[in-house]
Amino acid sequence: MATAVGLFWHFLLLGCLAIGGVSTVMPDMHRYMVEEHALVTAREFSDLYALAQAAPGPNALWVTVLGLHAAGGMGAIATTLGVLIPATGFSWVASALHARHADSRLALALRRGLAPVALGCMLAGCWLLLNAAAQDWRGYGLALVALVVAMRTELNPLWLLAAGAVLGITGLV
Amino acid sequence: MSVRPRDVREIFLTFARIGLSGFGGVLFWMRRVLIQEKRWVTDEELLEGLAIGQILPGPNVYNLSFMIGYRFAGLRGAFAAVGGLLAAPVVILVCLGLLYRVFSSVPFVHNALAGMAAVAAGLLLSSAVGMAAALPRRFVPWLFMVAAFVAVGVLRWPLIYVILGLAPVAVLVAWQRQ
Repeated sequence: MATAVGLFWHFLLLGCLAIGGVSTVMPDMHRYMVEEHALVTAREFSDLYALAQAAPGPNALWVTVLGLHAAGGMGAIATTLGVLIPATGFSWVASALHARHADSRLALALRRGLAPVALGCMLAGCWLLLNAAAQDWRGYGLALVALVVAMRTELNPLWLLAAGAVLGITGLV
Repeated sequence: MSVRPRDVREIFLTFARIGLSGFGGVLFWMRRVLIQEKRWVTDEELLEGLAIGQILPGPNVYNLSFMIGYRFAGLRGAFAAVGGLLAAPVVILVCLGLLYRVFSSVPFVHNALAGMAAVAAGLLLSSAVGMAAALPRRFVPWLFMVAAFVAVGVLRWPLIYVILGLAPVAVLVAWQRQ
């Protein structure tokens, strides 16, 4: 219980600092959980990250399995709420302000100015994800096929993901 | 023209579907369901929402879902959206986390994850290409996009510094233009 309470306060603090996404505070989570308090090992830390990447839902839910592994059910609740409470507060304020001032000059400048920066960061995320996943040209080829099929057809992409899993298991990518 | 959700229940169910199918990245499914199927938002709106979601602390897609829900039905809509987004994935992930304790050493688990990750990268890229088409056809926005990509993707600078460094300049330039 003391561990869960400690996790809650630490993740609450990190949740307030996580501008750009939860992955930006990953190094500090590593420091706190692996190096300082030895709640999980370095390998478990990265394995759980890959698990959350592959599972459905926001990748940030990685903090849930991390808390679960470190301190059981209370740990999972502590880390998840720790990250989501600040996000909810900030989103609430932003939504309320935006509802009132959507057409103001500042709101327009914020939206139009930040859009390309967000897109560049998103493209970088694709690039890093691809480099981590692809062993050689076949991995890049598979991603390219997925890109073209998703853009050109109405095929349900879950089929593509299933095909990727099969190709991975059979060692073809 | 954009369409509005009928009620809070439809918001919850729609985001639940996005969360549940969001293997390897929610954003792809959010774009496919909200823009291509439901037509609740446009590419431009989604991109601008994502941009705001990114400067707010916390998970970007969580912030984005909250703001979309709020726009259609206030606070109730916001909690319907994030509740739908998280409900099923939390349960699935907790189950996977428990399974991990048992199966962490089986090699084919890792191989399957690698194949799915390559596909997920391609899917996310298709969303990015679709949203890039909504950017204005001018030099400056594309310059900021490339700068952010190089800083985060190639130079591997921490995202927070890139955003804190680029965002004020990008907003100032957009402000000046009006």
